[in-house]
Amino acid sequence: MGFFLETLFGGLMAGMLYSLIALGFVLIYKASGVFNFAQGAMVLFAALAMARFAEWIPKWLGFDNLIVANLLAFVAAMALMIVLAWAIERLCLSKLVNQEGITLLMATLGISYFLDGLGQTMFGNDIYSINVGMPKDPAMILENMFEGGLLLSKEDLIAAIIAAALVALLALFFQKTATGRALRAVADDHQAAQSIGIPLNRIWVIVWSVAGFAALVAGIIWGSKLGVQFSLSLVALKALPVVILGGLTSVPGAILGGLIIGVGEKLSEIYLGPFFGGGIEIWFAYVLALAFLLVRPQGLFGEKIIDRV
Amino acid sequence: MMMNDIAAAQAAASATGGRRIGDVILDLQNISLRFGGVKALTDISFNVREHEIRSIIGPNGAGKSSMLNVINGVYHPQEGRILFHGQERKKMEPHMAATQGIARTFQNIALFKGMSVLDNIMTGRNLKMKSNLLQMALYWGAVQKEEIAHREKVEEIIDFLEIQSVRKTPVGQLPYGLQKRVELGRALAAEPTMLLLDEPMAGMNVEEKQDMCRFILDVNDQFGTTIVLIEHDMGVVMDISDRVVVLDYGKKIGDGAPDEVRNNEEVIRAYLGTSH
Amino acid sequence: MLYRENGQFKASYAADQQIFPILQDRVAIGALLAIAFIVLPLFGSEYLFRAILIPFLILALAALGLNILVGYCGQISLGTGAFMAVGAYGAYNFLVRIDGMPLIAAMLLGGLSATVIGVLFGIPSLRIKGLYLAVATLAAQFFTDWAFLRISWFTNNSSSGSVSVAGLNVFGLPIESPVSKYMFCLVVVCVFALMAKNLTRSAIGRQWMAIRDMDVAAAVIGIRPMYAKLTAFAVSSFIVGVAGVLWAFIHLGAWEPAAFSIDRSFQLLFMVIIGGLGSIMGAFFGAAFIIVLPILLDQIPQLLGIPLSTATTSHLVHMIFGALIVFFLIVEPHGLAKLWSIGKQKLRLWPFPH
Repeated sequence: MGFFLETLFGGLMAGMLYSLIALGFVLIYKASGVFNFAQGAMVLFAALAMARFAEWIPKWLGFDNLIVANLLAFVAAMALMIVLAWAIERLCLSKLVNQEGITLLMATLGISYFLDGLGQTMFGNDIYSINVGMPKDPAMILENMFEGGLLLSKEDLIAAIIAAALVALLALFFQKTATGRALRAVADDHQAAQSIGIPLNRIWVIVWSVAGFAALVAGIIWGSKLGVQFSLSLVALKALPVVILGGLTSVPGAILGGLIIGVGEKLSEIYLGPFFGGGIEIWFAYVLALAFLLVRPQGLFGEKIIDRV
Repeated sequence: MMMNDIAAAQAAASATGGRRIGDVILDLQNISLRFGGVKALTDISFNVREHEIRSIIGPNGAGKSSMLNVINGVYHPQEGRILFHGQERKKMEPHMAATQGIARTFQNIALFKGMSVLDNIMTGRNLKMKSNLLQMALYWGAVQKEEIAHREKVEEIIDFLEIQSVRKTPVGQLPYGLQKRVELGRALAAEPTMLLLDEPMAGMNVEEKQDMCRFILDVNDQFGTTIVLIEHDMGVVMDISDRVVVLDYGKKIGDGAPDEVRNNEEVIRAYLGTSH
Repeated sequence: MLYRENGQFKASYAADQQIFPILQDRVAIGALLAIAFIVLPLFGSEYLFRAILIPFLILALAALGLNILVGYCGQISLGTGAFMAVGAYGAYNFLVRIDGMPLIAAMLLGGLSATVIGVLFGIPSLRIKGLYLAVATLAAQFFTDWAFLRISWFTNNSSSGSVSVAGLNVFGLPIESPVSKYMFCLVVVCVFALMAKNLTRSAIGRQWMAIRDMDVAAAVIGIRPMYAKLTAFAVSSFIVGVAGVLWAFIHLGAWEPAAFSIDRSFQLLFMVIIGGLGSIMGAFFGAAFIIVLPILLDQIPQLLGIPLSTATTSHLVHMIFGALIVFFLIVEPHGLAKLWSIGKQKLRLWPFPH
């Protein structure tokens, strides 16, 4: 029982991070109809920027303080993500308005490749570390309820809390602010939104910046845990089934989907893995999402698509 | 002026005795269609006779296109019966309507944009092509013969619709009026017994409309094709239809010969507006 | 000789339906084939065969298969690598488990294995579209990656996880030297390219394109979406599977699942986009471009005396590919093949502007 709960918590924490990345997907999809395959590359890019700026800025300015360095690096990385969002909008999206979903998807694949190359050219291709002072030692909880208690990683716990807070913040931003309302209007109908004076281009820059922010946070959390390296870019591939499961247009779907996949992955690895020879984490999420799609093509919370002719 | 032309054409057609209206071939009984909570069609019944031109009119959103979609199986009504050639039809997929000889055009042109005019119309004949995959991959004798035989049929349609000069042009590059014509050609290529036309003249100028009317009447006359037509141009509708059914808010409010419908109080009120 | 079609009147529909209706094109393609079949085998260097021509031919074949699915039928696939892998491992198992299995039979059986898996993962396409389908094909990719790594039966219980083939021959002729490997690939590719072209210009090709351009209208004129989509998946994965066999058997000789990773899938998709969606020739253009560019990027700086590190080159290649993908999608979605035909169109009128 204790072991099961540990696995469950582990899954929930990983799931929270998936949700965070999935949220980036959903935001962009809602506002621009783009299925942003580059979200993973953005995570890598942001994490690389963060890691390297934290290393470079103290050298450039000649001080030695971890907190200040991290803060400045965060600001610099975020500024870079905004520039990136602007460039993507200006050079790519604005020229692909009204194209089909598949074309846009392939364009983001291109962006993804470009970012992978650019990030590693600018920031190098070694393994870098991000040290934002995450505790590395595990914590024991519920010691009086179970024999031996539950072993949880404090780092995961903090990461999950940050991710949860961010998810809540973004959901709030989307639902309550004027910008959020404009975003939703754009998502519903580009032309109609434009005709009532919502500047499409600015909205897209904002959305991509917000997605960049989500990528940066996700990049910092994963990066501080696993080190910043190329494989970070693949984390996004894990978040894809999350979006599918939750429904492309649904923020709550992204959150719930992330948790389901996170938990499902860990539990399946432990309880089903041995029967399949291990390593099933890689495809389990996909097969789960796929099976789900066949029953409910629009995902958990997605809107049903009616073909009009 | 235009109406006179059309009336003359029609008179000429009936004078030659090219078509005679036959029995009921499509019978729709108490059709109701809902999307979630939205009622698109409520308890609609009407029928279509062989060889006739049957029009469906009504204001925007009256459910006209939904009606066509029900007839050729794109939408499935929750209630009601559909009898085609006396046989009740259960749930069916759109491609099965095609195999039964029902072809159609769409309100917003639904051509295959990436293909040439020729290929678009050739697709209309796909049901009549019998080669299998391996034969097609090898493209030997029989396949080539089949292609050529169908090409000849398609060229006849191209001649009929007077679009010879654009046969190799990708349809996306054609002006609107010609695209509508190509779409009609694609539907005709299937040699349908029943043709559903969804606003074939929308957005056309007078000459284009005249051309289109001529094609519709010719099809009806020469091939005996039954036609179900949705059109907003009252002049055209009243002139070429044998019978007209009027929908409003998904309900049927009138049905009969053009003159009857024209004088139906409810139709005037709901659709044509009260005269001042 | 000027490139003109005046005076070349078509007196029959058969003449009008030729693959290359214009005389000059027929001459050009004939010359190209003559070079490929006669001149290159006589004068090509080993490096040319090994590093450029063989990979080019095989990847062009795979891109061609993918193009049938993506370019002609409009169904996206991010799992091409998986179907190549199924072809390769399928053929491998037929070859090692059945005594005296000829290479060509094993290759075709490998292709058929890929067809089965392709159709299986194509089934979701009947319910789901576009972006969702991309994820379904990714599922195929990750699943096969895992299966060929973890299920040792597929690798004939090889301890290292890597498998190899040796002593290949066709009708008694050994496929060992670079020239013989090249010739074998060339013949296979030409045969499949011709068959693919035939399919795309006959009824089934029109059905695929109809489904791609407007699926509801296609259904209404009697095209069964299930049949059209699944045949596209079947034909596409068969060709991709055969390309996988060639890649593993002829190009690599010994391989691991990593040879068919998701990077391969993306690379092939890029070839299709850059070469031209919905064009047989485009697959060849795309493959040539994607193979030659990294080599040029590697060599040119060296010639200029500013050698770049391997890592830098690979990052540059990433950036250039990425930028080109976006560029082509924006400027010319039909890729190099379209630029080629625009060029020909201009040439047809040259030196007059209209």
